[in-house]
Amino acid sequence: MIALKVNGKVFQVDASPDTPLLWVLRDHLKLTGAKYACGIGECGACTVHVDGKAVRSCTVTVGEVRQNRITTIEGLPANHPVKQAWIKEQVPQCGYCQPGVMMQVAALIHEAKKPDPEKVIAAMDDVLCRCGSYPRIKKGIKTAVEIARKEGRKS
Amino acid sequence: MKSSLSRRDFLKGCVGAAGLTIACSLTPSGYRLLSAAEMEKGAFTPNVWYEITPDDLVTVTIPNSEMGQGVRTALSMIVADELEADWSHIRVKQAPAADQFKSPLLGGQVTVGSASVRGFYEPLRKAGAAGRAVLVKAAAQTWKVPEDECEASRGVVRHKKTSRTIAYGKLCRKAALLPVPQDPSLKKESEFRYLGKPMPRLDIPEKVAGTAVFGLDVTVKDLHYAVIARPPVYGAKLLSYEGKGAEQIKGVQKVIQVPMGIAVVANSTDAALKGRDALKVSWDKGALPDMDNTYIERALMEDLNKPGVSVVNTGDAKKVIGEAHKKIEAAYFIPFVAHATMEPMNCTAHVANDHCDVWAPIQAQTGAQAVASAISGFPKEKVNVTTTLLGCGLGRRAKLDFVAEAVSISKALGKPVKVVWTREEDIKYDQFRAAASHRIEAGLDAQGTLVGWSHKVVSPSILKDIAPAAVKNGIDFYCLWGLADAPNSPMWNNRIQYEIPNLSIEFLMSSLPVPVAPWRSVQNGPNAFVIESFIDELAHAVGKDPLEFRLQNLKNNMRAHRVLETVAEKAGWGKPIPKGEGRGIAQHACFGTYVAQVAEISVNKSSGAIKVHRIVAAVDCGPVVNPDPLVAQVQGAIIMSLGTALKEEVRFAGGGVASSNFNDYKIMRMSEVPEIEVHVVKSSEKIGGIGEPGIPAAAPAVANACFNATGARIRRLPLTPMAVLEAMKHV
Repeated sequence: MIALKVNGKVFQVDASPDTPLLWVLRDHLKLTGAKYACGIGECGACTVHVDGKAVRSCTVTVGEVRQNRITTIEGLPANHPVKQAWIKEQVPQCGYCQPGVMMQVAALIHEAKKPDPEKVIAAMDDVLCRCGSYPRIKKGIKTAVEIARKEGRKS
Repeated sequence: MKSSLSRRDFLKGCVGAAGLTIACSLTPSGYRLLSAAEMEKGAFTPNVWYEITPDDLVTVTIPNSEMGQGVRTALSMIVADELEADWSHIRVKQAPAADQFKSPLLGGQVTVGSASVRGFYEPLRKAGAAGRAVLVKAAAQTWKVPEDECEASRGVVRHKKTSRTIAYGKLCRKAALLPVPQDPSLKKESEFRYLGKPMPRLDIPEKVAGTAVFGLDVTVKDLHYAVIARPPVYGAKLLSYEGKGAEQIKGVQKVIQVPMGIAVVANSTDAALKGRDALKVSWDKGALPDMDNTYIERALMEDLNKPGVSVVNTGDAKKVIGEAHKKIEAAYFIPFVAHATMEPMNCTAHVANDHCDVWAPIQAQTGAQAVASAISGFPKEKVNVTTTLLGCGLGRRAKLDFVAEAVSISKALGKPVKVVWTREEDIKYDQFRAAASHRIEAGLDAQGTLVGWSHKVVSPSILKDIAPAAVKNGIDFYCLWGLADAPNSPMWNNRIQYEIPNLSIEFLMSSLPVPVAPWRSVQNGPNAFVIESFIDELAHAVGKDPLEFRLQNLKNNMRAHRVLETVAEKAGWGKPIPKGEGRGIAQHACFGTYVAQVAEISVNKSSGAIKVHRIVAAVDCGPVVNPDPLVAQVQGAIIMSLGTALKEEVRFAGGGVASSNFNDYKIMRMSEVPEIEVHVVKSSEKIGGIGEPGIPAAAPAVANACFNATGARIRRLPLTPMAVLEAMKHV
């Protein structure tokens, strides 16, 4: 049994430590927001946060993250600037890649002291979207940064 | 997850609902509108549905698959507008597979051919208007006032004189008892409340929350996970297998031989994958062990010398071209490309004691039900198909190999099974966009007007598996779309648009063993690359501007004129461009929609790399339902098409597929995406499709821009840096 901290809760998981985190989240914990699409860290659809950093859950094993804080798209608050922006800009098409895309954007905005939309966009070349929602992802990033800035001022 | 309703349950559920249900049935004499009460009496099989319940909610049943094109929202907007529903009261329900949800246009429950809105626009408007009419009548009767003193507005009926209102929810029971008018008056365009306005998509909130259920996300009680070891190359036969190693892996429950290969069933995806790694399977060398990319290209190009079947033969193309003022000839090649939907193929099935359940991301419900029925042995009525959200469709999910797999394994196991494909399998066992070779000859008169065009296409057949009866005399129109289409085709104008008095089109079916399938816009994409590149060649051969040449040879085609003129104006066609850059134009009509595009690119002369800076598109699709997703669809199609223009090509080796994952089958990334402008031309033409028509013109616009920048004409996709450098040597 492995104890995993996911979205603020502790789960006991009966999986061998070499199991990719992605399959534990999806098959064992039924947290299906993180998506399988390539399994080799090439597309970003499985991106989650490990201690706040964007990580490809398909290439990290569950044994490697048992001490860490894991956040999935389900654990990102509904009023998070990225979620607000994705609805405002109507970003998703099929939407399959978007949980991973959003998690990466959320981490990049969070990590930057003064988030710059162009820098965030430049760091998004390692995520793939077959629908071609890239122009909307760019708009979404600009809006998310804007919302984060405003909210930052308020608090 | 709730299992889907059987057709009978569904009917019962709707007819028995305590509210107003409006259905629309396509009969030989046109659409017939009816209420639940009438349905119980009559023998009509309604096609589309919505119901209004006492809680004021309007639930629209969506027969089509939602794959990001926004079909749930678009169909709901059509109903809501004519019904005068309040948008916040709209709910959607995904239809099960059933005969009454077959597309009136296509004859099956499928989401292909950019046909959802095209097919349902008219019947849903009528159904909405009929509902509005009976609700108004019910209100007038309640108040005992003349109907013309009442008006429907955003979910209520209002008595104009007294300003009294009654909500639809309160009227629905009474309205349900009234006869449904057959020819309700439709709104004028100026009265539209939702149509043509950007409405937020109904499927987006759950997609942003991360709670949206795609095929791979389906969980049912006692779910088992399965992966399959399939033949490694085309036509390979199983020699032997040893499952013991796999069965020793923790979590692996069973190793089963099914017609598609050896299935490993486990309690998680990871265990199933590890089990498959431990499996020992040997196969023979397959049907064509020598087949690789060189073999494929040579086979298709050599087939151009064999006689084909005549598809179109107007006038006397050979003679006229032979005698023409100017004669031009060229050959083209398009490789196999993959769908690479972000969600790999998958399906969950449960063959139970007395019925079969299927949950899957599919574009073909009618077909899925038939496949599951044939394998499970249950009649169609006992096969419940639930369509999940689709992580892209792109035509791949109109094929149902993965459904057959899940049903086969579940039948053998007697348990619910989810078949999961890895990305490597998704590419290796894809059924690709068909590769093709083309040879064209054209003749022009002294004024640069086309007098003759002779065109031969060689390609593997797309239809021979999905609709064998549609292949007549060896002709596969899916392979010819953009050039020619079957008589009375529901696709609306998938034909060459140029005015050519002497036209000959021939087709030859290739016998290559590579499986193919529709791929967004089907062969409109590759065929438009060939036609529009060749048209550019002709323009330059007679010293004409490529835009002028097109307009001259589309003299009577006002829709093509409008998109070409619009795109030229918006893109600044004819204005000088910086040295080293190029501008190219192309147009194409398909699925009832006309699109022209201009590409602006630069070419790195030392590396040969093309950078696309800007694409400007003009679109005439007739009336617009939801403008915001429309733009997103056209942008997305352009980006996908740019992938085929610049880099996508499946690699083959040893008689099978050598490409494996996104590291070696490369699709477009964010930094490669140009600025894209989409201009929608105001049009009152018949409504056209929008999911696919953005594809065809993009690749030839880029190729033509490459010619403009370098003088190098490239007659083969993709335009890789190496191909560009090679072509530049011959300038």
